[in-house]
Amino acid sequence: MFDYEILRIIWWALIGVLLCGFAIMDGFDFGVAALLRVLGRDDHERSVLLETIEPTWEGNQVWFVLGGGAVFAAWPLLYAASFSGLYLAMFVLLVAFILRPVGFNFREKMHDARWRAVWDYALVVSGVIVMLVCGVAFGNLFLGLPFRYDGDLRMSWEGGFFGLFRPFALLSGLVSLSMLLAHGASWAAMKADHAIADRAVRIARIASALWLALFVIAGIWLAYGVPGYAVAGPVVTDGISNPLAKQVAIGGSWFAGYLTHPAFWAAPGVAFAGALGLQATIGRRGFGGFFFSCLCVAGTIVSAGLALFPFLMPSALDPASSLTVWDASSSRGTLLLMLGVTVVFMPIIILYTGWVYRVMRGRITLEHVRKSHGMY
Amino acid sequence: MIVDPDVVGLSRLQFALTALYHFLFVPLTLGLAFMLAIMESVYVMTRREVWKRMTQFWGVLFGINFAMGVATGVTMEFQFGTNWAYYSHYVGDIFGAPLAIEGMMAFFLEATLVGVFFFGWERVSPLKHMIATWFLALATSLSALWILIANAWMQNPVGAAFNPQTMRMEVTSFSDVIFNPVAQSKFVHTVSAGYTMGAMFVLSISAWYLLRGRNVDFAKRSMTVAASFGLAASLSVVVLGDESGYTVSENQKMKMAAIEAMWDTEPAPASFTLFGLPDVASHSTRAAVRIPWVMGLMGTRSIDEPILGIADLVDQAKVRIGDGIKAYDAMLVLRENHDDAQAKAILAMHDKDMGYALLLKRFIDDPRKATADDIQKAANSTIPNVPVLFWSFRLMVACGLWFIALFAYAFWRASKRRLDGRRFLTVALWSLPLPWVAAELGWIVAEYGRQPWAIEGVLPTALGASSLTASQVGLSLGGFVLFYTALAVVDGYLMVKFARKGPDGLGMWPQRPDAIPATAQTA
Repeated sequence: MFDYEILRIIWWALIGVLLCGFAIMDGFDFGVAALLRVLGRDDHERSVLLETIEPTWEGNQVWFVLGGGAVFAAWPLLYAASFSGLYLAMFVLLVAFILRPVGFNFREKMHDARWRAVWDYALVVSGVIVMLVCGVAFGNLFLGLPFRYDGDLRMSWEGGFFGLFRPFALLSGLVSLSMLLAHGASWAAMKADHAIADRAVRIARIASALWLALFVIAGIWLAYGVPGYAVAGPVVTDGISNPLAKQVAIGGSWFAGYLTHPAFWAAPGVAFAGALGLQATIGRRGFGGFFFSCLCVAGTIVSAGLALFPFLMPSALDPASSLTVWDASSSRGTLLLMLGVTVVFMPIIILYTGWVYRVMRGRITLEHVRKSHGMY
Repeated sequence: MIVDPDVVGLSRLQFALTALYHFLFVPLTLGLAFMLAIMESVYVMTRREVWKRMTQFWGVLFGINFAMGVATGVTMEFQFGTNWAYYSHYVGDIFGAPLAIEGMMAFFLEATLVGVFFFGWERVSPLKHMIATWFLALATSLSALWILIANAWMQNPVGAAFNPQTMRMEVTSFSDVIFNPVAQSKFVHTVSAGYTMGAMFVLSISAWYLLRGRNVDFAKRSMTVAASFGLAASLSVVVLGDESGYTVSENQKMKMAAIEAMWDTEPAPASFTLFGLPDVASHSTRAAVRIPWVMGLMGTRSIDEPILGIADLVDQAKVRIGDGIKAYDAMLVLRENHDDAQAKAILAMHDKDMGYALLLKRFIDDPRKATADDIQKAANSTIPNVPVLFWSFRLMVACGLWFIALFAYAFWRASKRRLDGRRFLTVALWSLPLPWVAAELGWIVAEYGRQPWAIEGVLPTALGASSLTASQVGLSLGGFVLFYTALAVVDGYLMVKFARKGPDGLGMWPQRPDAIPATAQTA
């Protein structure tokens, strides 16, 4: 039942699930952090905003850590090539990730205004960096990256850090930024004191409208301005994980999959529905706006992932070195074992995460923050 | 293709520094988490407010440390990919799984429940809160288990075989990877070290309050918990550290010989060198003070098995390099024609030695063209840094023995209800840094002693590096040094500030026992 081909598709989908999990769960933390000085006008308001995410952000971030671990385990070639090739970008991302736990924790430790401002801005900057860098990296996948493999499957990379900031990649960065700002604002509208929530509603509306425009532009650009990749010749789906065993042709369309499988259109459809739903319901400052924002985030990521399929990381330098779902995975045994572990533990994770969110439910008011601020 | 030696050197330095830095925080998290769970359990059972305050106060310090541990842990996960890309490709099929399982089984639970610990005091019942704290503690240790299963595989790579088609190691038996004997002894040794560190942390800071006559009731109770927990942990860390040494002697003979500066094989049972000055140039140890028999007994659990010295192990490495070259040659044949029966047979016979042929890549491009001189150089490169290992090990063991003595004495005093005595309290206070010294030295013995291998006998470290430029790694290394130093300053400042404030300074002794504590933010 679980032959190599099926397992590879399952693991491609699971990485998508983890990526959506990361963007949905950690994304609103980034959004709230980035908007900290915009939504929160004074220290009390900022404390309210932070307390809406502090009890759960740490668990949310594990979606990212787990994503990294799962890519390592299931797609070791992708893990090795992307992390080493994007070396300095990864370092910047890492600094942003490191600033978060210390920012959240250290900020609360002193009342001094300058001390708090330092950590506030650390959180703002780290939020913006993560949203941008992730989007730019994703955009670069469509453009192809400058790497090749030798016979030992050692990868070499011929490009620098600033080469990543190509126009289309920057546009994807903005898509990601606007999407997660809307997401963070829709969280704040649901969870923060009403005074702040009013501001959050306005920002969510603006950011979401911006996302809609940018997403459409990116789609048109991708269709007409970015050449697609395709595996040339027979596609071996259950062969060895060696990228050099295939040929790749450039010049097709990234929308080829959408044309052969009309069902793919459901993904951008969900994203649009999410954005429209957000506009319609955010004014109620309830769960609705946030829910639709989740749909928008997931729809956006799945749209991009489907367009890339079966590519994971195309190479512009030597197209045959491109990593695809069919030649960059772990062995069958590892994929199977990891699937078993995931099937057992993912429901448990969702259960206790759900319990913690239930415990932490309710709007965080200014009055509450004035009274106490936890033991954090 | 040979990776630039500067890239390898800088990447090693960066990995070592970031790992040693990460390991300043992790063991304390391991130990404090359990002590919090114990204190909170006493609170739930007795409902005496002082135990809740104890849990909350040590929890504040736990939180600062936890943030640093989480922050620096992400670096470790990134670095296998960023700096050790060929390593990640070569062994990701095996090595990635325990890391991913760690995320799913342990880190997720730990990171989710830490929110309940800090923000749940008024949101869930005391019993539920206590259960969450226990799961938090268990999850931190479970997390260590999976990380150490991954690490143990680097020391003792079982349950995997080389696949010439994909140019990497692939899993043959996951149960061998998980039930690796090295993983078990390492796990118990490492978490016990963490428990010891947590106990010393509480013991030393409590001693400081008692020396100042502050928070006396609080400090005495904390000390009693620390003394009993610390005694059990330090006994376990030393006894199971010995077990760890025994497993090392079985599968990493060179590391063992280097730790003991055993240049030549001695007649069994070998003596233990208590003190000496290992001299790398002359392959001898000057001014050695030896205790007969002890080494043979510890290393082999017998009186007639010899422990091989460095010279003999280098000779063995030469033989393995020769066999490895045959495997390497067969691997290249198989890459072109994967049905070549003769090459398959040769690879099957010698694949355990192929890693030894890869040692040659530091000296020549094609191992098949190695001269006798190259082979000698490669064989010599299997000797790790003897003086560093010799002394790191001895200092670590000395710390361990000191912990047993100190905690035993503290335990005795606690049982007599005599936790005063200025001399005892002063010694307890100044012992605070020693668990960190021991833990870092332990990391050096285990990982620096593994060199020149990234994966013992399978992949030399020099080959595992990414194809980067020295300036890229130099830039990131410089960035880490600056960034981490700044964080260390802030972390140290906050730790000292909150420890000095103490539960009294933080207003944790409210007039009404049910009032909300004014807590950590009253600066």
